[in-house]
Amino acid sequence: MAAMQGGFLANLGKVYGIYTGTFIGFTIFIGLLEAFGVPNRILGYLFIFLTIGVYALIGYLARTSEVSEYYVAGRTVPAFYNGMATGADWMSAASFIGMAGSLYFGGYGGLAFVLGWTGGYVLVSILMAPYLRKFGQFTVPDFFSARYGGNLARGLAVIVLITASFTYVVAQIVGVGIITARFLDIGFEIACFVGLIGILMCSMLGGMKAVTWTQVAQYIILIIAYLIPVVVLSAKVTGIPIPQIMYGQALEKIAEFEKTFAVTQPYTAAFVDAKGSFSATAMWNYFALILCLMVGTASLPHILMRYFTTPSVKQARDSVAWSLFFIFLLYFTAPAYAAFAKLEVYQNVIGQPIAQLPAWVASWGSIGLVGACDAANAADLFKLCAGVKGNADGILQLSEFRLHTDAVVLATPEIAGLPYVISGLVAAGGLAAALSTADGLLLAIANALSHDIYYKMIDPNADTKRRLIISRVLLALVAMVAAYVAGTLGADILFLVSWAFSMAAAGLFAGLVLGIWWKRAGNAAGVWGIIAGFGLCMFFLVGTEFYGPWIKSTMSWMGTIDIVKIRGRDVAYIWGINNISVGIFGIPTAFLAMLIVGYFSKPASHEMQDFIDSIRIPSGSVRNAEAAH
Amino acid sequence: MAEKQLTGEQQVAYWHKTRNLMWVILAAWFFFSFVIHFFAPQMNNVRILGFPLGYYMAAQGSLIAFVLMCVWNAKAQDRIDNEFGVQDE
Repeated sequence: MAAMQGGFLANLGKVYGIYTGTFIGFTIFIGLLEAFGVPNRILGYLFIFLTIGVYALIGYLARTSEVSEYYVAGRTVPAFYNGMATGADWMSAASFIGMAGSLYFGGYGGLAFVLGWTGGYVLVSILMAPYLRKFGQFTVPDFFSARYGGNLARGLAVIVLITASFTYVVAQIVGVGIITARFLDIGFEIACFVGLIGILMCSMLGGMKAVTWTQVAQYIILIIAYLIPVVVLSAKVTGIPIPQIMYGQALEKIAEFEKTFAVTQPYTAAFVDAKGSFSATAMWNYFALILCLMVGTASLPHILMRYFTTPSVKQARDSVAWSLFFIFLLYFTAPAYAAFAKLEVYQNVIGQPIAQLPAWVASWGSIGLVGACDAANAADLFKLCAGVKGNADGILQLSEFRLHTDAVVLATPEIAGLPYVISGLVAAGGLAAALSTADGLLLAIANALSHDIYYKMIDPNADTKRRLIISRVLLALVAMVAAYVAGTLGADILFLVSWAFSMAAAGLFAGLVLGIWWKRAGNAAGVWGIIAGFGLCMFFLVGTEFYGPWIKSTMSWMGTIDIVKIRGRDVAYIWGINNISVGIFGIPTAFLAMLIVGYFSKPASHEMQDFIDSIRIPSGSVRNAEAAH
Repeated sequence: MAEKQLTGEQQVAYWHKTRNLMWVILAAWFFFSFVIHFFAPQMNNVRILGFPLGYYMAAQGSLIAFVLMCVWNAKAQDRIDNEFGVQDE
């Protein structure tokens, strides 16, 4: 096994090169099957089962019985491949399928997600990754324990980790469920559990080692699947296959159409309300969301723990740059998807006679992703037309057209006139994105339970075999609970992703940053930072979401509080800030609490400061202060 | 691994340089994350290759800047590490 491992690591380029070639060959093969008349449904099955089969095979081959391989992939993952794995870990179903749709609807406002989900890596690079790698333990709570005096800090960090990651993973399993349900044509609840089996096969036997090498494989599929349709579409619309540059032309044409259709809120206009005039609330919400997403990026344990797996501190730094590069490839393409889709709709759908609409309107309308609501009985023809009253003049007006967020990415292959095989490829890509993120999150949760709670707090004498068995059992249990919650809550919970960022940001960011950059911070400061930041964040989150009117009446001394009807509830917006950005209150609170408590309580001990010095320098050993207390 | 011990003075100098690098990149991050986008409505009046400039900066310009910042940090910190002989590989 050791020899095989060495052989594998020495030949990574070759292995993944052959893998990529085989995958492309496989896609062409399916294309040929399609040309010979094999039904689409079978093609969809082939894509889903064969890709999941490959992930499971990698997961099986990477099985391990060593603790350090299970938790941190033996710290042997080179920067480049860790970058790819982080990319897949990072980009979820929401990024792959949902983001282009959010941009289609949100225009400039939607770019907060593009910015927020990339810029955080700069913070990871300069503030955290190299130091956490030098620290060289297994989990993020390990750092809190070593830095802030033991199990109290560790336990609090575990609470934040589990709350944030669990919220996030439920949203991912929903994503897996949506894709599996659509392409396998089975019920959503069952689809959640089918997806779950795919997730567990990747991670159960090999832990971090298996997750790493499947995530690399998943990144390759998801990026190919994301780029191909929009590259072809760009070539078709503009003649040049570089969508990221050419969609400028699409934006220009969109602006012309907006004049014709008298659109009051231009697509590219920044910080405007529905009437098109400047809105300070829109601007502050934009920046609040960017801050929460960025700081959340630098606090989410499933991402930070990826930088525990590189062979050195230098490679941890390089790896952050590679991660962001691989993530950037998708995120700077998403706005092109949105712009081309918008142009297609304005050019070939709006203002057209119903009888002459492009074929994709009917085919995606039949599964409830598109609605052309002109006819009086439109609601019977299109699910999305419920509640829309068309004027039945036989022409589709802008106000009569409906589109589901997910349709932008899913329908683009058809808009571009590509065969069904590309739609299958996109489904495989979306599935890879959702599975890889779910895997990383579940592993983070299960590791916190098995390593931090069980091994470090309950039974420090447990032997290796027992620890790994406990880890695997917990992984399966957490996965099943998450799948159950996802199946019960249903599909419309993707706002949960943004909440997870605010929770992690408010709970962990201050403790991580000041733990490395402010030597004086003592145990009390670390503990109170988490309690104050996370506590306030959760209070506002739960309060504004579920007890909006109560928050409005009791917290009115804070300033303006609006009640907004959303998700079927009366949600309170403090100072007009959407509660997905609730971290904006928690993050500064955590810093403030740490600074105040840090100045007025006992500074960190001499041994602790020595420990911090040792993790600040790449070479040499880590002088752990744990023995000192 | 050969253990290289820095003197107290060297350690202070090393951290001083590392910290300065962090502040410079943090300032660049702040600029490209927030400051520049305050001017998006004004920048949108300029169009380049069809892109309104304000939109372009949020959709692509700042992202490229973020990638470059991460590369810059990796390279610059490597130089500092080598200067003090504390690189770990």
